Amino acid sequence: MSAFLHTSLDVVEEKISAVGKSLGDQRELYLGLLYPTEDYKVYGYVTNSKVKFVIVVDSSNTSLRDNEIRSMFRKLHNSFTDVMCNPFHNPGDPIQSKAFDGIVSGMMVQTG
Amino acid sequence: MESLTLTDIEQKYYSDLFVYCDTDNTKKVASNGRVLDLFRAAQLPSEVVLQITELCGATRLGHFGRSQFYIALKLIAIAQSGLPLRVESLNSVKDLPLPRFVVGKNEAEARHAALYQDTDSQGLYPASATAVIPRPPGRGLQNKKGPPSSTALPPEPTSPVVSPHQSPPTSPHSWRKHKRQHSGGNADRQPVVAATGAVWTQFREPQAGPVPGEGMWPSHSPPPPGQESWVSFTADTPPSSALPAMHPSSVQESTTIRTVASAATTNEIQRQSSGYDDPWKITDEQRQYYINQFKTIQPDLTGFIPGSAAKEFFTKSKLPILELSHIWELSDFDKDGALTLDEFCAAFHLVVARKNGYDLPEKLPESLMPKLIDLDDSAEVSESTADVGYSGSPVEVTPNKSPSMPSLNQAWPEMNQSNEQWETFSERSSSSQTLTQFDSNIAPADPDTAIVHPVPIRMTPSKIHMQEMELKRTGSGETTSAFPLLIDCDGYSSSDSFTSDQEPITRQRSQSGTSPEALKVVAPPPPPPRPHPSHSRSSSLDMNRTFAATSAPGQPQPSTIAFPPAVPPRPLPTQAEVAPGGGAVLTTTSPQQIPQQPNFADFSQFQAFAASEQPSSLPEKSSEGAGPLRTVKSDGQADERSSATVNSAKGSSGPLAPPPKPVRRRLKSEDELRPEDEQHGPQKSNVIAAVLATQPSIPRSVGKDKKAIQASIRRNKETNTVLARLNSELQQQLKDLLEERISLEVQLEQLRPFSHL
Repeated sequence: MSAFLHTSLDVVEEKISAVGKSLGDQRELYLGLLYPTEDYKVYGYVTNSKVKFVIVVDSSNTSLRDNEIRSMFRKLHNSFTDVMCNPFHNPGDPIQSKAFDGIVSGMMVQTG
Repeated sequence: MESLTLTDIEQKYYSDLFVYCDTDNTKKVASNGRVLDLFRAAQLPSEVVLQITELCGATRLGHFGRSQFYIALKLIAIAQSGLPLRVESLNSVKDLPLPRFVVGKNEAEARHAALYQDTDSQGLYPASATAVIPRPPGRGLQNKKGPPSSTALPPEPTSPVVSPHQSPPTSPHSWRKHKRQHSGGNADRQPVVAATGAVWTQFREPQAGPVPGEGMWPSHSPPPPGQESWVSFTADTPPSSALPAMHPSSVQESTTIRTVASAATTNEIQRQSSGYDDPWKITDEQRQYYINQFKTIQPDLTGFIPGSAAKEFFTKSKLPILELSHIWELSDFDKDGALTLDEFCAAFHLVVARKNGYDLPEKLPESLMPKLIDLDDSAEVSESTADVGYSGSPVEVTPNKSPSMPSLNQAWPEMNQSNEQWETFSERSSSSQTLTQFDSNIAPADPDTAIVHPVPIRMTPSKIHMQEMELKRTGSGETTSAFPLLIDCDGYSSSDSFTSDQEPITRQRSQSGTSPEALKVVAPPPPPPRPHPSHSRSSSLDMNRTFAATSAPGQPQPSTIAFPPAVPPRPLPTQAEVAPGGGAVLTTTSPQQIPQQPNFADFSQFQAFAASEQPSSLPEKSSEGAGPLRTVKSDGQADERSSATVNSAKGSSGPLAPPPKPVRRRLKSEDELRPEDEQHGPQKSNVIAAVLATQPSIPRSVGKDKKAIQASIRRNKETNTVLARLNSELQQQLKDLLEERISLEVQLEQLRPFSHL
């Protein structure tokens, strides 16, 4: 599983190198990376500060619309910035914000 | 067994105690020592304890199951709070504080109690603990449970417990207290405890979230730090000390506190029930404290505290970063990375609460919402106070925040005292020191940049000049030379006293110390400029220099320059005379020169110069027939006089005395001869003489103030230029006059033969 994550990161980097993208790819569809036994889609999102968000969605769920994924990324980005605003948070540390976790889990619950 | 509904806090507390008592891990507690000790620690009469055990059904079962245990604990709390022991009261009592147990095991319990105390259990544990042993008939307890008994109980247990009591209250503060002794705090705590007790009861309702008041005491929750203090408390409470200290001092403290608090809480509860029941509300005292703290960071109450500053401030509270991060999330309402006064107050309040053992809420309590700040100025204080809280107010603050207003207010002054203690340990001082150190570190950097510029400030005029010189030198890239140059410059540039020179010198040295870098940075212009000033004086007598240098880099040069020019003019008039007038003119001029020669003898060059001037002027005067000439001469005379006066003014020193005299003489003679053109010459000569007189004096004054010399040199230069111009003009006039004279004489001679006739 982690291997896919890493490969997805590589793809994200590949897309980042494309010039003219302010926010990077808001989404990236890995339809082609469907694992034989496990369908899943990986969505990528890059912020201005080169922070990458990756969402892995199980394809067994009803496919999420692209807009939904985008809104998820937006929420993720917002809560991420809130976490970053915390002076006690050292960038690079795993995020331990309960609010952040709550939002993320809420999103996950929403999308099933 | 009746069902028992426990609050979360109670649940936790009881479960902890159960675990504590469940030494056999059998999930049921026999009437073993721990349970008995626990009940004993509740400081309830044995009758009460017996009643409790009876009520909970332990007697039936022969041991304390979990439920029985819980029931017992709750009954203990009830008993401690002075309520009648009834089974029905188990679920009906709303604001029952957590049972408190004295000492030892009670500490552990107290810790839990403190944690859970937000609302209940306060009295329970101690009551139960004490009650366990005697196991009195429950009825008797009921009577006691009445308020009077409750009050009686608390005082009793509290009296021995008082000491631990005090410590317990401190235990929440124990974090802070570790640093210092609880002893002092204890006394303060008690009222606080009482207040908190009342608060706790009130907390029952709001207790869901933060239990600030209890949290304070539960602050024992940071066990390790508290342990120390708690241990000390155990010593204070020997009887209970037998019990292992689960939450050593904290429990004891909490128990004692609770016992005290229970009494107080009852009263307070009554009061508070009428008041607000928001455990997170910030009292005015707290708010003011917060505001003050805010001011220490941000003088502008409407301004923001940047995240970094807030981080530093709150880090002083020794709270875990995670908790601080959580607090920040809660308090930074607008998510801007900075804290307004309201946000700061909220954060501070939360920190205080946390330090007192209150759990942080999941979301910001309403009373801490920033909007409150807008309404109240005090809200801003919360932030500032948060920082201060570390110093000791936190604990106090939280209790203040708790519903028990009265208790908080009482506690506030106490907390203020502890605040001082807090502040002592807070890094604020260190941070301020670091801040100040920073400032001082920044300052030195300026001189470097300043040095590069010619005007490093604080300069006296001489200094500025020096700096300018220094700049020139820096251009040369010689830093070492800068020093001597600076010194020289001072001497040259300033006409002030040497003291001022010294100051600039030292300053410049310091600057140059820092400036070496700057100097190095500057491209090294040629060193030459520097030597000039130093040599300038020595070269004053260097005639070649004076001749060679038209511009006067050195001050003495003008003086030297003046000298040579003095000589040439002399031959000019003679030559001029010779050229047009031939021998007659020469003869006329020579006799004129002759009488003046004695003057030559007195003074060397300038006399000769003056003499040369005079003969030239004389012929001019003789040919006075020309009006324009006279006017010219008069002008020249005026110029000469002005220059002469200037020169005379300059020539005042001793050596200059003789020169001025002849000059003055000449002036006088000029005055006498004023109607004649001769005055023209004498004036000029006087001027020149004066100038020359002043010049020689300059070298002699080398030892004097350099600045004065430089100034005089400048003056001399000016006069030299003026005189030079004058000289040229006069010479021209002289030539014209001589020509006219010659022509007139020729006419006269031509007319003479006729006159004879």
